[in-house]
Amino acid sequence: MIFIMGENMRNILLVKYGEIATRGKNRYLIENRLIWTIIKRLEPYEGYRVYKEQGRLLIVNEKKDFDYETVIPIVLNILGVTAVCPGIEITDQSIESLREHALVHFREHYPNGGVSFKVITKRADKRYPLTGNEVSADVGGYVLHNIPNLTVDVHAPDVKLMVELRNNAYIYSRVIMGQGGLPYGTSGKATVLMSGGIDSPVSAYLVAKRGVEIEACYFDSPPYTSERAKQKVIDLASRLADFTGGIRLHIVPFTEVQLRIYESTPPEKMTILLKRAMLKTAEKIARSNGSMALVTGDSIAQVASQTMEAINAIDPASDMPVLRPLCAMDKQEIIDIALKIGTYDISVRPYEDCCTIFVAKHPETKPKRSIIESIESKISDLDSLIDEAVQNTEIMEL
Amino acid sequence: MIYFDNASTTRMSDEAFEYMCSFIKENYANPSSLHSFGFEAEKELDKARKAVAAVIGSDAEEIYFTSGGTEANNTAVLGAASAYGRLGRRVITSSIEHPSVADSFKELEKRGFEVITLGVDEKGYIDTDELLNAVNEDTILVSIMCVNNEFGTVQDIEKIYSAVKGKNRNCIFHTDCVQAFCKHDISCRNADIITMSAHKINASKGVGAMYIKKGVRVNNLHFGGGQEKGFRPGTENTYAIASMGRAAELALENMADNFKHVGEVRKTLLSITDELDNVYVNGDAENGSPYILNLSFENVKGEVLLHALESEGIYAATGAACSSRTKEKKKIVDRLNDGRGKSAVRFSFSAENTVEEAERTVECLKRLVPQLRRFVPR
Repeated sequence: MIFIMGENMRNILLVKYGEIATRGKNRYLIENRLIWTIIKRLEPYEGYRVYKEQGRLLIVNEKKDFDYETVIPIVLNILGVTAVCPGIEITDQSIESLREHALVHFREHYPNGGVSFKVITKRADKRYPLTGNEVSADVGGYVLHNIPNLTVDVHAPDVKLMVELRNNAYIYSRVIMGQGGLPYGTSGKATVLMSGGIDSPVSAYLVAKRGVEIEACYFDSPPYTSERAKQKVIDLASRLADFTGGIRLHIVPFTEVQLRIYESTPPEKMTILLKRAMLKTAEKIARSNGSMALVTGDSIAQVASQTMEAINAIDPASDMPVLRPLCAMDKQEIIDIALKIGTYDISVRPYEDCCTIFVAKHPETKPKRSIIESIESKISDLDSLIDEAVQNTEIMEL
Repeated sequence: MIYFDNASTTRMSDEAFEYMCSFIKENYANPSSLHSFGFEAEKELDKARKAVAAVIGSDAEEIYFTSGGTEANNTAVLGAASAYGRLGRRVITSSIEHPSVADSFKELEKRGFEVITLGVDEKGYIDTDELLNAVNEDTILVSIMCVNNEFGTVQDIEKIYSAVKGKNRNCIFHTDCVQAFCKHDISCRNADIITMSAHKINASKGVGAMYIKKGVRVNNLHFGGGQEKGFRPGTENTYAIASMGRAAELALENMADNFKHVGEVRKTLLSITDELDNVYVNGDAENGSPYILNLSFENVKGEVLLHALESEGIYAATGAACSSRTKEKKKIVDRLNDGRGKSAVRFSFSAENTVEEAERTVECLKRLVPQLRRFVPR
């Protein structure tokens, strides 16, 4: 039998998306959203197309060579992608063709050998004349004889050479883990309160990873906070946009609200009232943009305003559910995620936070909700100041 | 816009800029090249060297160009200590030096030198007697800045130099003149090593200079192609050096006038201390450098006032720009009067500023400070 190398083969990127596959009737919506996102992100590059292929996606380039170095990092950033596998697609599924192409693929990725491997065959097409194990043994033997220094290890191999027989055959060996989660925008929308610290970008990321579309909201208090502090939040939101494909940032002018609270509050209760005002403001913005929840970076008992008592006194300020994805995490766990998603270095930029006049030396750690609410009710014009702040909010599309 | 942050950096003067541009267009040659094109560039370096030398009254051969004030200060301290380290192990500096000097001394400490750091009084002056007590036979290097970059106190360098040399004539004396060069009368007679910077005198960033007295040894920190007599190898930044030369010529011509003019600007701004209560001058109100005025507005955080002024188009600083990226809580100003640092704002002037600008700033401060004082940390 004669076959011609290359003619019936092309480079592909296999995209796996785990959890979606278990969905019922919504599955096609979620899959389509993921396909749409990938297409949109690859738009600047010529020739890429995306196909559905039995519970996974296939990216191919129909015009040019597949540029893995560009495409892989882009796809890995897309939420909902659990892993990607660079590999080849073959139309000729004869065993001779499989052997040769497996060898070509193996040589390309491990040119010097020196690894242990095994072949795993998935035979979705049950009409194929050989069983999966027979294909594995045949292909494995062929590769073993043609590349030096290879060993076979069926229990813990360095390399799993995958051969999948479907409508076409697919060969790949590297599995690069992605973000996981669900495709962005398939689980509704939420508004996240972003401060520029380490925690809030992490909580925004975690919520977005569950498919929730996010908008961010930053409280700007010039001259008490600096232009650089604002830029920090803009940079953090831009970093999140690498995952979400864009993000809207609301910059709320909050100085007047803060000063009014400052004037009408005992210092140790100031932070709690401030956070309540922030929730109220964020809720207004959230309602107008169609969000169904607010998101904060609170972690239980991390600071005075995050004790159970404080959360109890702050939370009722808004009628919306407030999601706190970091509530049970340690600081180090949060930092680990911040490092992974690349927000940590932005968050720790050493710009002096000049907002200290709004932080008491000894804030209350066990505030009473009823007392807080009665103080709040006596602050004159608080609601109208909040409305004004919302009206003057600057919107940035990042 | 009112730019009162000239101690951080200055606008390049039109003359220096045009001079530099024509040079960039017409002669991009490497001054080390043997052809005549290269020789033209080399002549330009010599011209700049002479202009810098003229300001401090030295020979042109005693001037070496560096990449800036920081490199000059690093080289002065580390290079001199390395050259004379065999003769003694004691080195002396002050507690108010620029980080490029202070951190070099920290490095010397790590290398086993005995570092004596002299304190200052509430106006920022070192005590000459204390210095004299510290200088002994084992002392190889004393480094005291001329004009402090944060609050503008001017040390009596002439007195300090003769005192040091009177006690130990082999001890090398370095003075960081980055804020004094072309602004105050400094003379090469009063130091063994003087360090200077171009971008503080309305010239380009990226170039500085060192005066090293004939016979004084400073070991080079860089190695390479032999430029600057092998002391500072690396192809010279000819354009920036040319701008420095041109700016130095102009500044020398107008030094007395400029000094008087910025003195008026500073005096006008200083009137804020009569207009508002609890405003303090950090440094020496009467005899400090006319180029710098550092004020503490009690109960107003420096950075908050800075941003409030910024919204009025007035640019000042809370301290040295070089220190704003470090997380150290205490500022140099706190060495004069503990607690003043957090409310300190530095206004620094150039000949381009006007008395009207200072008047407008006073008006703004009169309005802004009481507003901000309504809200103090509790």
